[in-house]
Amino acid sequence: MWKSPRTGGLAVLVALVTLAPLGFPNAYFYDVAVNALFNATLCVGLNLLVGYGGQISLGHAGFFALGAYGSALLTGRYGLPPLAALLLSAGVVGALAFVVGRPILKLKGHYLAMATLGIGIIIHIVLKTESAVTGGPDGLGVDAFSVAGLTVSGDQAWYWLAAVLVVIAVWLSLNLVDSPVGRALRAVHGSEVGAEVVGVDTTGYKVLVFVVSAVFASVVGSLFAHKNGFITPDIGSFFRSIEVVTMVVLGGMASTFGAVVGAVLLTLLPQFLASFEDYEAMVLGGIMMGTMIFMPKGLLPSLRLLLAKRRRTP
Amino acid sequence: MKGLVWMGAAGVAVLGCVVFSGGVQAAETVKIGSFLSVTGPASFLGEPEKKTLERYVERLNTDGGIGGRKVELVVYDDGGAPDKAATFAKRLIQNDGVDILVGGTTTGTSMAAIKVVELAGVPFISLAGGIDIVEPVKKWVFKTPHTDRMAAEKVFADMKTRGISKIALVSEDSGFGKSGHDQSLKVAANHGIEIVADEVYSPKDPDVTAQLTKARNAPGVQAVFNFGFGQGPAIVTKNYKQLGIALPLYQSHGVASKEFIRLAGAAADGVRLPAAGLVVAGQLPATDPQKPVVTAFKADYEAAFKTEVSTFAGHAYDGLQLAAAAISRAGGTDKARVRDELEKTSGYVGTGGMVTMSATDHMGLSPAAFHMVEIRNGDWVLSD
Amino acid sequence: MFAEFLQYLFSGLTSGAIYALAGLGFAIIYNSSHVINFAQGEFIMIGGMATATMVAAGLPLPLAAVLAVVATMAVGVALEKFAVEPARGADVTAIVIITIGASIFLRGAAQVLWDKEFHALPAFSGDTPLRLAGATLMPQSLWVVGAAVVVIALLWWFFNRTLFGKAMLATSHNRLAAQLMGIPVRSVLVVAFALSAMLGAVGGIVVTPITFTNYEAGIMLGLKGFSAAVLGGLGSGAGAIVGGLLVGVAEALASGYLSSAYKDAIAFVIILFVLFFMPSGLFGKKGTDRV
Repeated sequence: MWKSPRTGGLAVLVALVTLAPLGFPNAYFYDVAVNALFNATLCVGLNLLVGYGGQISLGHAGFFALGAYGSALLTGRYGLPPLAALLLSAGVVGALAFVVGRPILKLKGHYLAMATLGIGIIIHIVLKTESAVTGGPDGLGVDAFSVAGLTVSGDQAWYWLAAVLVVIAVWLSLNLVDSPVGRALRAVHGSEVGAEVVGVDTTGYKVLVFVVSAVFASVVGSLFAHKNGFITPDIGSFFRSIEVVTMVVLGGMASTFGAVVGAVLLTLLPQFLASFEDYEAMVLGGIMMGTMIFMPKGLLPSLRLLLAKRRRTP
Repeated sequence: MKGLVWMGAAGVAVLGCVVFSGGVQAAETVKIGSFLSVTGPASFLGEPEKKTLERYVERLNTDGGIGGRKVELVVYDDGGAPDKAATFAKRLIQNDGVDILVGGTTTGTSMAAIKVVELAGVPFISLAGGIDIVEPVKKWVFKTPHTDRMAAEKVFADMKTRGISKIALVSEDSGFGKSGHDQSLKVAANHGIEIVADEVYSPKDPDVTAQLTKARNAPGVQAVFNFGFGQGPAIVTKNYKQLGIALPLYQSHGVASKEFIRLAGAAADGVRLPAAGLVVAGQLPATDPQKPVVTAFKADYEAAFKTEVSTFAGHAYDGLQLAAAAISRAGGTDKARVRDELEKTSGYVGTGGMVTMSATDHMGLSPAAFHMVEIRNGDWVLSD
Repeated sequence: MFAEFLQYLFSGLTSGAIYALAGLGFAIIYNSSHVINFAQGEFIMIGGMATATMVAAGLPLPLAAVLAVVATMAVGVALEKFAVEPARGADVTAIVIITIGASIFLRGAAQVLWDKEFHALPAFSGDTPLRLAGATLMPQSLWVVGAAVVVIALLWWFFNRTLFGKAMLATSHNRLAAQLMGIPVRSVLVVAFALSAMLGAVGGIVVTPITFTNYEAGIMLGLKGFSAAVLGGLGSGAGAIVGGLLVGVAEALASGYLSSAYKDAIAFVIILFVLFFMPSGLFGKKGTDRV
């Protein structure tokens, strides 16, 4: 029944993002939805690395922040058009990921987690310290996003931009997963040594998805900066890195739509929990633990399994 | 395929559930919105701010509300994250329909919210110190606390009168310390102060003797100035004593709470810092116009919460009073009129000092609002 | 010049001993389960907070410390029983998220149970600094170093000289084989969590007079402890100690001779470089993959 997730799933996603605004009474809902879709795009990229490649990264907020600051500085200080700034930042981040990717992706498991965590923290420290350029911890204002004279302004416009972005990201991800690259990746995830023995350039493929996921993060970071109009180095903190990995794992690793679901849920959750006040952290922690205990494969794959079971035993 | 549709339906249901109780309410109550850093690294600022707002909104209501209308307070915790603060500001304005915002514990969260409030046209009184909040002046944005630049200037002026001209600056790499550091560098020369060593530590470093050793050994150094808040300055002060450094130690207004003295213990003796009148309420001369206000607030706060009052609680108190007064003078919650009335605030005596705002000054405090305080035998002593 | 260097070294050893204690907790749990417990920092926080509040309430320090250790161990066992054990067999990443969830939960609980303020403990042997060749060291730093030494000695004894300790080691090498040999692998994991909780609590107690503590204190300690454990080589107790001391000394020397603003970054650069050349850390076992 999952034979054509590329067309079927994508159609559902398109339908959902198109219809969702019918339930939005005001700009605040659009704002939360834009954040959710941005996170979803970021997580779809990260899922390629974490879910399909089986490589953990605790530093992706660093790439997100570099994209954001790259765009903010290139447009604000050097007068580049936003789209050019976005592409240039993504290129630089991709190159950086390529350079650091080679040595660190030779590491495994928790050692890789440590290395990516370190890179994320180093980026965060640089953004905090170089206040003459970045504005330091007090933050930096960012100009509006405009392409060819058209300015994206207002929450609705941003919503549609974010919606198109997430659909493109999902489509790219599904294609990549179905390609020879995806098969090689899954082989790496299954058994790295095995893959290497049969001639797969494991490090090469890992670096490739690392770069792709970093570029995703950078692009989302650029757009986030323009949308919020103000950024601080904390968007690159290691809390943020852990948050996005949690989204991917909670939604379901190695499931593109799982990453979307995880990102949307974990973006909405704090908005619901705000009324718990002092108990907010306990509830959030409890939900994270409960989900992984009872659905260790993540939300979407576990629900699918449940559904499949029910169908087999009518 | 059906599975996916089912999943999609669940997703829509979840999204649909995001319909909160909100919606713009009838204009009978005055709605005050607030986003504060009740958790996270600035929680010991945000927590007293929240308690203060809640207590004094209740007080306003028992006293008959503002202009006969009941006051309703909506508070969200942004955890110190600026992007969360921006979203909550939007939620307060768009979804909860608040008439005015009083909040923003840190400079970062306040700055993030400014974009939102300026666009929506809602008056916003920030409780954070950074000078960028009101400089340049933004139409809808005001603030109650002194700026970090004023604190630095006060300290430098005091140094000058004591014949100190070469100092070491030791600051925290977080928002408060970093912005204090940058402002200090900016205004030092105006006061004839030369910064001969510039050292940085992280708020949670267990030991800063390395940085202090370097500061002490800088050529010609005559005093050390530490900019930070939380446990950092207490560790700096203890390490300072451990190293036996004989130079005068200055702290910023970020440590103007009894907690600092409690944490640093005997090492805090002799530390000098700029502080608002609230901290030394009992020692202010009887002629000081601030005296009755700060003694009353201090007594009330300490009786209610059984903890020493902090200046942060005072910022929230001032913010709420300014808002209430402006709404009362405007004769309603029309946002533009409340904003205009806020700007006309004149001679309000609060916990932070005398506030007189204008079209070019949305804070309204003069340098006189700061007092130089020295810690002696575990207590504050007014020294100017 | 030398006095300066010595002071940097003392500063680094003070921080380093704290990181090392935090790192040891990671090592123990990793050793017996290959799980990284991201709530390790919260054990340290609970030990410190519980002791500080009980001392403030008038209890004598030794009694408060013992009660705090017992309470923290109970939390550790509960964490294993109710969160880690039910997820047995799940992907390592899933268990990582569970322990991260647990750390958020415990921080939230601490902030409700206690408060958001900082708490202090008096130094165990006074506040008079020890002087050596122009540099100074607080006696409390020696308590931290001493605690780390005692703990590692006890652990060595436990793992090499007691039957249960050997059983735990066996489980870490080959879980299935250990189970077939009649080792109760389930209780091994419970004991591992109890041990690392105890270790965390002891760390929290000796560290609080130096750094103070509050409900969020575990975040930084957890992060540095994890760095120390990975740098030293996961699962190696001695590695965690060396790793912790290295990170602490690197930070102090970096702030002394290079730049205090970049001291943390410099420490991470060093860790990265070590990992590039020694992908299993300083003392880690060379990984062999089964195909």
